Amino acid sequence: MSPLESMGIATRALGANKLRSALTVLGVVVGVAAVVCMISIGAGAQAEVSEKIRTLGANLLLVLPGAQNSNGAKLQSGTQPTLTEEDAAAIRRELADVQVAAPLLSRSMPLVAANRNWVTLVAGINSDYLVAREWQIVNGRSFTDEEVGSGAKVVIVGSVIVEELFDGRAGVGETLRIGNVPFTVIGVLDKKGLGAANRSQDDVVFIPLLTAKSRVLGAVRGTTREALDFISIKVSDAAAMSETQQQIEALLRQRHRIRGDAPSDFSIDNPADVLTARGAAVRLLGILLIAVASVSLVVGGISVMNIMLVSVTERTREIGLRMAVGASRRDILWQFLIEALILALMGGLVGAVLGAAAAVAIAWEAGWPILISPWAIVLACGFSGLIGISFGVYPAHRAARLDPIEALRFA
Amino acid sequence: MQPLLQTVGITKCYPSGATIIRAVSDVSLLVRHGEFVAIRGRSGSGKSTLMNLVGLLERPDSGEYFLQGQAVAKLSEEKRAAIRRQAIGFIFQLPVLLPRATALENIELPLIYAGVARSQRRRRAKDALDSVGLAERGHHWPSQLSGGEQQRVVIARAIVNDPALILADEPTGSLDSRTSDEILSLFEDLHRSGRTIIMVTHATNVADRAQRQIALHDGQILKDEATSPQGALAEFPE
Repeated sequence: MSPLESMGIATRALGANKLRSALTVLGVVVGVAAVVCMISIGAGAQAEVSEKIRTLGANLLLVLPGAQNSNGAKLQSGTQPTLTEEDAAAIRRELADVQVAAPLLSRSMPLVAANRNWVTLVAGINSDYLVAREWQIVNGRSFTDEEVGSGAKVVIVGSVIVEELFDGRAGVGETLRIGNVPFTVIGVLDKKGLGAANRSQDDVVFIPLLTAKSRVLGAVRGTTREALDFISIKVSDAAAMSETQQQIEALLRQRHRIRGDAPSDFSIDNPADVLTARGAAVRLLGILLIAVASVSLVVGGISVMNIMLVSVTERTREIGLRMAVGASRRDILWQFLIEALILALMGGLVGAVLGAAAAVAIAWEAGWPILISPWAIVLACGFSGLIGISFGVYPAHRAARLDPIEALRFA
Repeated sequence: MQPLLQTVGITKCYPSGATIIRAVSDVSLLVRHGEFVAIRGRSGSGKSTLMNLVGLLERPDSGEYFLQGQAVAKLSEEKRAAIRRQAIGFIFQLPVLLPRATALENIELPLIYAGVARSQRRRRAKDALDSVGLAERGHHWPSQLSGGEQQRVVIARAIVNDPALILADEPTGSLDSRTSDEILSLFEDLHRSGRTIIMVTHATNVADRAQRQIALHDGQILKDEATSPQGALAEFPE
């Protein structure tokens, strides 16, 4: 008898007991759905973390002012205005492994271009900042040393600004006002996407630090603001990260005249570490959930076996009849094995679809990239098929071993 | 001409509690092509066991059995299944049909296991159904057919493979007398068209429809003779 024929018989038998078949595979459905969902979420979270690390720029350290790092409550960074441009310059000058140390000063401000306006983050930087973040300019150019030194009214804008203020036009050469000060756009930044706080990194404009201090941010406050938001440091060698972190700590403590075991008035972050740790936590949670889901798969397999055993008993006469009209034991074995296999595979398929849907929903909610790995679906279906076979063998074997006469006599 | 089947002293025993019952004891039987044989006996006489042995559903404990010249008593289960599907058609007392298959699909069943192609299967099933007079009922479910009609479907299934031997175990056992008569007429028709039929029954009037009668008692052949027109076996201890 051909396998196709066996499959036809099996699907008919299953179709005759639709509700029972559906309930039987529920365990497999739940298990497979959970596995597919968790693998996809894990992959998505992982991809999100690597993407964020990539857009961060390699070997990045952040020096933040004023966080109390010691025992006790940690105050929010930046509560104390303790970092200056001179600190940044000193770090760059004194430490061999520091490639750039870029100061940044920012605040949210309204932008106006023609009749459009938009509130965004205005950050004063020098061109080192773009080096530290490995941020490319896709259109136009970066600041010249002259512009940085003289406090020119030029601006580099993120891609969100181009869309919001210039309707997606090139942007370079146009004029926009920050507060009341007119600026000329000289460059447009490459897209970076969402940052660590799930805020678009492209919703930003950069102006020279001196301009920010003297004309924009300081002017708003009425005084010239010396204190920086943070200093971005690019370390030339990944292996020197923690050593450099310690050297920066020592250098700044000395510069800020902090003695003995008094707490620092600044903190140093390795943002990639934070992201990596978060990714690892998601992955660990995923592995735990997959382990739980595997239990559900085994339970699902047992329920497949249970129902197959009931089915064999119920259909004893049918089996006897089939044997009397010429079915070999192998035919009967295959019939029930294929039935179990189809049950489990359908459970696997439904579970894979549900799991993928759940993964999409969760990824969408969390703002992760959606990554349904075909590998996960193949694995889930393969595994459910394996369950169908391994838990179907015993019932099928029992069916095939029936004595046709006994089976026909069975009422 | 070679006989269709021949048993040489076949014996089959069953354990029954502490003792062993010889259900079929040293039976030698010869059936030629085209015969219509009734095996008669009371319940417990071993007639069903004999039919199961002849039908290769059971293996004798001793003795030899030749079917179409081939020694089949000691064949493996797989080989016996192969012979069953190619050479034997079964009819049981209760019309055993698959409840979720139509009449035609039920008739096709032996052809499926014999590996006949789908298109041919349907045609042969229709022919068989036609020959039992139910051509119009092919797409009915078994539950929509009367007992007599169901038994006709079973007969159609038994002949669809064009088997050398048809085995019927109490084929009228669950039918009323009028329907029984129709079924027996059908057997006579099949016999006239050249088929070999072995029928097991406990009823004299049913056995009388056969051309030859074998009386079984305690697992042994008591009498084996041609049916006489007036029912010559009246003295058989009923």
